Amino acid sequence: MKTLISRGTARFDKERLILAVAAPLLAVVTALVVTALIIAATGKDPFAAFSDMVTYGSASDSQVYILNKATTYYLAGVAVAVGFRMNLFNIGVDGQYRLAAFVAAVLGGALTLPGWLSIPLIILAAMATGALWAAIAGILKVTRGVSEVIATIMLNAIATAIIAYLLQPEQLGQLDNAGTLVSTKPLPTSSYFFTMDAGPAGQVWGFIVVAVLVGIAYWFVLGRTRFGFDLRTVGQSESAAAASGVSVKKMVATSMIISGAVAGLVGMPTLLNDSHQYDNSFPVGLGFTGIAIALLGRNHPVGIALGALLWGFLERTTNHLEFQGYDKEILGVIQGVIVLCVVIAYEVVRRYGLKRQQQRVGAELAAQASAVRTEKQEVAG
Amino acid sequence: MRRVAKISAACIATAALALTATACGGTSSDNKSSGSSDSGKKGGVKIGLAFDVGGRGDHSFNDSAARGADKAKKEFGGDLKELTAKTSDTEADREQRLSDLADAGYNPIIGVGYAYATSMTKVSAKYPKTTFGIVDSVVNAKNTDSIVFTEEQGSYLAGVAAALKTKKDHVGFIGGVDVPLIKKFEAGYVQGVKATNPKIKVDVQYLSHGSDTSGFASPDKGKEAAQGMLDKGADVVYSAAGSSGNGAIEAVSGTKGAWAIGVDSDQYNIPGLAKYKSSILTSVVKNVDIGVYDLIQSVKDGSPKTGTNTYALKDGGVSLATSGGYIDDIKAKLDAAKQEIASGKVKVKTTP
Repeated sequence: MKTLISRGTARFDKERLILAVAAPLLAVVTALVVTALIIAATGKDPFAAFSDMVTYGSASDSQVYILNKATTYYLAGVAVAVGFRMNLFNIGVDGQYRLAAFVAAVLGGALTLPGWLSIPLIILAAMATGALWAAIAGILKVTRGVSEVIATIMLNAIATAIIAYLLQPEQLGQLDNAGTLVSTKPLPTSSYFFTMDAGPAGQVWGFIVVAVLVGIAYWFVLGRTRFGFDLRTVGQSESAAAASGVSVKKMVATSMIISGAVAGLVGMPTLLNDSHQYDNSFPVGLGFTGIAIALLGRNHPVGIALGALLWGFLERTTNHLEFQGYDKEILGVIQGVIVLCVVIAYEVVRRYGLKRQQQRVGAELAAQASAVRTEKQEVAG
Repeated sequence: MRRVAKISAACIATAALALTATACGGTSSDNKSSGSSDSGKKGGVKIGLAFDVGGRGDHSFNDSAARGADKAKKEFGGDLKELTAKTSDTEADREQRLSDLADAGYNPIIGVGYAYATSMTKVSAKYPKTTFGIVDSVVNAKNTDSIVFTEEQGSYLAGVAAALKTKKDHVGFIGGVDVPLIKKFEAGYVQGVKATNPKIKVDVQYLSHGSDTSGFASPDKGKEAAQGMLDKGADVVYSAAGSSGNGAIEAVSGTKGAWAIGVDSDQYNIPGLAKYKSSILTSVVKNVDIGVYDLIQSVKDGSPKTGTNTYALKDGGVSLATSGGYIDDIKAKLDAAKQEIASGKVKVKTTP
């Protein structure tokens, strides 16, 4: 009987693996087919478009672009995923990272410390700002029962207004010499984060190392600690978690704060590696990109990384498609189709897997029952 | 689950290795070095135009630049390539746009809008043989022409016109985004109104703030803001808001006796706005087309314009459109105001 069970689990694992690979594969293939149809409908050749995407996207400077973009997207994805694991929908990542980047940029511009001291200070300030901004929504949720979705959306708008108010020439901003661009005081060169030189292809942002560390920390804390277990339990069933002695309110507030702290990091690659100042051209909407990427990656640290890289690849290559005369809206279409396909494919595969599992368990139970019966018969005989 | 994680980790590692291995390969510009030779037509200019958010068809700022490029293309022959910014753009996207154009041999390459300032500083250094042009900002590079305008002077005249035309002593200003550039428009307009009649009330509203640039491309927001001002009693509304201004003009045309003042292009003559042209008093024309055309012509003639070139009121860089003839009756007063600015008697503020 022992062998029967162990054989069963071995088969079970293999099947789980196949199912896990099947879902994203199914999604990508479907997305490709749908996109091809859409491109064909605009009267262009989809295969020429795909081949251009592959050639252009695999060039070395494209790889650098993709890695740099993915660094930011990965952090955004993780920030959203922390909330998702807890059944919290932190739409406020967008406002949290912008406010955090702004505060960090102001602090960074004012500091005249050596780099080894100022860079950690800037990063900590950003994380603290993001955490505080998210904490408002977290505290409102646990004390007054305000939905975090509504609270964070409102806080996004408030963050935009606060930054717009403070980023004025007479406040914390300064005008450039053409009088058209207002920015915070630029960071001194000592506060620049290191970059990895890739020759003519450009420079890979050193912040990618921090992103990887955040990914490892995310995996470890959620999968390997008591806290992570509590967090996932609350996410799956609040009543069960409460019954096993977990304070649900405390967990909600804490995970919101962690999500906000990670969100605070989202603007850091841009600030420390690229723009070195906060101005009106600072990227917006990364929090929403993070939601799509967390969905794509199924909240898994590796999945989010793949999603972030895919997003970077799509942006790089569709920018070039516009250059080749394709419609520039194609990027939005492809991204939308992929997210939809992924969500649908995972659900389809999950249901199929569940059905298979039920059938197999049923079959095994039947086999066991008949085995027991024959044993009994043997004893009797 | 653990095994899945292991296998995906292995996949990532392989992918990363493959990536680093190929990273030694060519950049995208090496791959398609043929790009510049396949244009075929010799003698013409290859104009690269990188638009700001909104792009061709915004009836305003971008269209004005497009007109200059169209005119140059018609006269000199050649090729015109247009790319348009997205609201989600980062520095890297803008750099890519400019580099793609430079790689394909476009010369000159014109960034329409101050958003291209930082990326152009980087890209122009990488392609020293290409001439770049930037509208509304200053890039200090040897091969770059910075095309700037004295928007506040044109707006001052619009303020004078609004003050002379209002019957309710109440006018409005709608700005796209509260950035310094648009504040120049506001500053000039308000000063012009107050200089003519200090009792007139000026409502000022911005459609979006800070890093949210949607205010330049949301006709619905423009319409709503204009409607709000009309409801409060304003009867002349000046909007400096890119394509959002179209919405403001639409709202104004629904109120009898109210006037709209357009911006950047002569909006009276824009076919897309023909329905509302009887409500367009005048437009503060910012002759981006002249700046763009001048640059293209200079490149064609072999002596590219560089440095900062300011297009002011006195040399026709900014002006008040007279199409429709609605401001003919106050022409004398407007000319007097223009004279005062040109002579330096009146200094127009650039910040409100």
